[in-house]
Formats: sequence, C-alpha cells, structure tokens
Amino acid sequence: MNNMKINLFLLALALIAPTVLYPVFLAKVLCFALFACAFNLLLGFAGLLSFGHAAFLGTGGYVTGYLMVNSGLTPELAIIVGTLAGALLGAVFGKLAVKREGIYFAMVTLALAQLVFFFYLQAPFTNGEDGLQGVPRGALFGLIDLSDNLVMYYFVLTIFIAGYWLINRTVHSPFGQVLKAIRENEDRATSLGYDVNQYKWLAFVISAALAALAGSTKTLVFELASLTDVHWHMSGEVILMTLVGGVGTIFGPVLGAGFIVTMQNYLSGGELGNYIHIIMGAVFVVCVLSFRSGIVGQLMKFKRNNF
Amino acid sequence: MTQPAQDFILETQNLTKAFKGFTAVDDVNLKIQRGHIHALIGPNGAGKTTVFNLLTKFLQPTSGKILFNGDDITALEPAAIARKGVIRSFQISAVFPHLSVLENVRIALQRKEGNSFHFWRSEKILNRLNEQAVALLESVGLEGFANTTTVDLSYGRKRALEIATTLAVEPELMLLDEPTQGMGHEDVGLVSDLIKKVSKDRTILMVEHNLHVVSKLADQITVLQRGAILTEGDYATVSADPRVREAYMGTAADEVEQEKNEEVAS
Repeated sequence: MNNMKINLFLLALALIAPTVLYPVFLAKVLCFALFACAFNLLLGFAGLLSFGHAAFLGTGGYVTGYLMVNSGLTPELAIIVGTLAGALLGAVFGKLAVKREGIYFAMVTLALAQLVFFFYLQAPFTNGEDGLQGVPRGALFGLIDLSDNLVMYYFVLTIFIAGYWLINRTVHSPFGQVLKAIRENEDRATSLGYDVNQYKWLAFVISAALAALAGSTKTLVFELASLTDVHWHMSGEVILMTLVGGVGTIFGPVLGAGFIVTMQNYLSGGELGNYIHIIMGAVFVVCVLSFRSGIVGQLMKFKRNNF
Repeated sequence: MTQPAQDFILETQNLTKAFKGFTAVDDVNLKIQRGHIHALIGPNGAGKTTVFNLLTKFLQPTSGKILFNGDDITALEPAAIARKGVIRSFQISAVFPHLSVLENVRIALQRKEGNSFHFWRSEKILNRLNEQAVALLESVGLEGFANTTTVDLSYGRKRALEIATTLAVEPELMLLDEPTQGMGHEDVGLVSDLIKKVSKDRTILMVEHNLHVVSKLADQITVLQRGAILTEGDYATVSADPRVREAYMGTAADEVEQEKNEEVAS
C-alpha cells in the first residue's frame, strides 16, 4: 500500500515536471532511466554484469532511426521493430555469454559489443562518425504529431512506465523467483532441476529488448542516432548509473540515471566541462568505496535502522 | 548362500575421474540398494565428494558408466539428472540465503508447476504452493520460521531447511554431502534423526565423517581410500576390517566401540 502511494506520488511528479523543467531534458532522463532499469534487471536480479549493453541501446536507436528516415513507418512501429532488433541481438549474445561466469561473462559481452560498434562505424547506412541526423519524429499512430516537445515527453513517459512495469513484474514473477534463486546459489538451483543457463538467457533477452526500447525512444527524442550510444563508454555509464542509484533495487537505477544525466548536463555547460570524466570517475570511486548499496539502498538501510 | 536378486537404484561401472596427473576416483563400482541408507566414508582426499560430483554430473567422468534405475545417465546434464529424481546437497549448506524460508521450499515445488519461465505473471500465483511448503517445513520442525530470512537461521536449521527443500522435489535418491559437518552436538542429533525419518520410502547416499552418525544410520558402508573402494559392508563388518582401522578409523572407531560398551554397561 505504501509502495502504491509512493508510485502515485512519483507519477504525479512526472506529470507536472515539464511545467518547471525542459521536456527534452526530462525525456532524456527517462530514456536513460529505462536503460539503467533494463541493465539492473540483469545485474541486480540475475547477478550478471554485462559490459556490452550499449550494443542494445545503439541497435534500437539505429534501427528506429533508419526506419523513420527511410521507410515511412509510424513511430510506434519503428520503436517496436527497434526493440525486436535489440531482443534478437540479445538472444544471440545471450546464448554465447551465459555459458561463462563473472569476469568472463563481462568480457564476452564487451567483446561482442565492440564488434557491434565497429559494424556501425563501417556500415554505410549509419553515416559513420556523423550519425543519422534529422530523424523525423513522425506522428504517433499517424494521428498525433510528436514534433511538439511536450507531446513527445508524455509519449516517452508512457513508454517508460510500460517498461518499468514490465521490469517490476518480471522481478516479482515466478520467473523472477527462480532468477533470484540462481543469483543466490546457482549450484543449488541446478541441483533442484533448473537449467540455469536458460533462465539467465531469458533475463538477458528481456534486458536487451528493454535497453533497445530505451535506445529507440531516445533516437526519436533527439532526432539523432549516433556512435555515442554504441560506444563502450555508454556500457560503463549505465553501470555507474545503476551503482549510484542502487543495484538490485527497483527504483535505484531511475534515481541514478537522473543524477548522472543532470550532472552531465550542468557540468558540460559550465567551466567544469573539461573535467567531466574526472568528476564522474570520482563519483564512481566514492560510490563503490563508501556507499555500495547506492542512494536507494542507503535510504532503505536508514529506514530499517531508524523506524 | 544365494542372495535374492537385488534391486539397485544406482550403480556405477568402472567410474574413473583423472585430473592432470592425479586419479581422484579410480575404477569405482558402487551399488546402492533401493531403500538403504548407504554411507560413503574414507579419509580426507579419498574422493568422496568427487564421486558425488560425478554422480550428479557437476564433474564429467573420465571413463565409466552411471546407471540410475538401470538407465545409463552418464551423458545427462546436472539439471536433467535432478529432474530424474537424484537430488544432492552440498558440503556447505545449500540454501538461498536472502529468500525467506518459505520461498526456499517453494522454489523447489515451483518447477513442476511449469510456470517458471512466466515473467509476465504475478508471483502471487505461487501462493497456492504455500500450504504444501508449510507442510514440508513442519516435517523438519521449521514451521515457526516460514517468514524468516534464511540467512538469519542457525546452521542446524539451515541444514534442516535444505532437507525440506530437497524433499519438496520428491527425490527417489538423496545424496547428502556431510550433512552433520561443523555442527554442535545438539544439531547432529537433530539432523541424524531427520535423516532417519526421511529415509522411509527413499534411498539415501551420504558422505559422512561422524562415525557415530554412520554407525547409527547406515545400512551399508563403502570405504574409499585414494579414490578406490577399500571395502564394503555393514558397520560391524567394516569397522572390524583391520585395513579400514589402519587407513582411517583407528581411534575414532575405538571410541564408538568404547562408548557402546559403556552404554551397555550402564
């Protein structure tokens, strides 16, 4: 019940936020929040550290961008195709990666993501370093024009809520229970008859699909699909967002994404712009050293100890 | 003396596991009779846990065969072996520490429901398993801890929970790896009573160091030494074998004998 109240409060906040803040900025936060939540499904609830999630974000972005420029599909269809492309890529990567554990899993995902990066760098349809520019937002269902930033924001909010709901549901589903058991004690789950790799694989595919959904949506928001989204920096950034917000908490990655995106936005505009990577590195170090459970994890601890 | 045809639930034929330059399990022919509590004993490094890992396919045998109910299961994956009804425990208590005690048992019950890949449904549909899970917890005396987070249980209770979880998948054959290891006196009694209780209607193969427990529970004992079978038989036979005394039991067996004599005397 308490959770319900918090969620309603946050929803109300999200609905009125554009009256105070710039809608494109808010939409950007939501896209990264969804990306981080998708990543966290894998790290926080399956215990798998992927270092290649940029591949899915970028694939969603490029596929949706390409379709919007060249095919005349309506945006919701272009987003769906982008998401499916990410899921497909995730299905292939997942098959290869879940056979390995720990650092090897991370390395396999990184290596595969680098392949994807160089593919997009070389492939003619991505325009290489320039990226796909001037991607039209189109009209939702052919009816609602998305070129207005406020309309776009509410469309992004709807997608975010759907994605967030699905992640929440996955965590609290029969599948999520098995996933948690595997994270807690993989050998025991095996000895109870679970083919643990199949469960990890499905989690990987869901996570990849939602990361691609975030990428697809982001391309429409910025009318741009670029190499930044497939670069390994992006795979690192999403780890940072998730850690800062709180690994394994449902809402943590949203807060973490908000924090990092806000910081980047303010710093890149000001005098400190040149130091942005140093500052982010420092945040990372402080986070890992002194509050490992992240903002939300820390708040939950505080609540447990004091109430 | 002719023996009646015996019913073996599990058999190994020339089971061998060689690591680089070292044969951990050497040509082992193990026969586990249905309904028995069968103990696997031997000094440290004799290959007991390796045998367990081979039987459940956590390790690949170098050569040899494993037969379960007469079927060759040597090529199966670990999870497939578990689904056949061979369920193992581990040396270190195998629980899911940050799930509740009830959830631990429910995970085991859940698999047969066939909804374990359903990520779009609410976990509330699992609540229909709660009654069955609580009944299993009652059978090991943990019904009062259903909502406790497992990590907060005492060691003995964790092992009891592990047994309840194993029972939930209705195993035909339970493999227990040192079920009383690292336990205080009271917990040892509790767990060995529990093993006796659950051994009805099923077969148990256990690795055990505690000879009091072995002498009390085991119908049949196999002694391993340096990866090979030294001897087999019931407790009296095995403990009387001078090679066993020399290799392993020595003083420990004498102590049990002494204690038994004292019990008789008093």
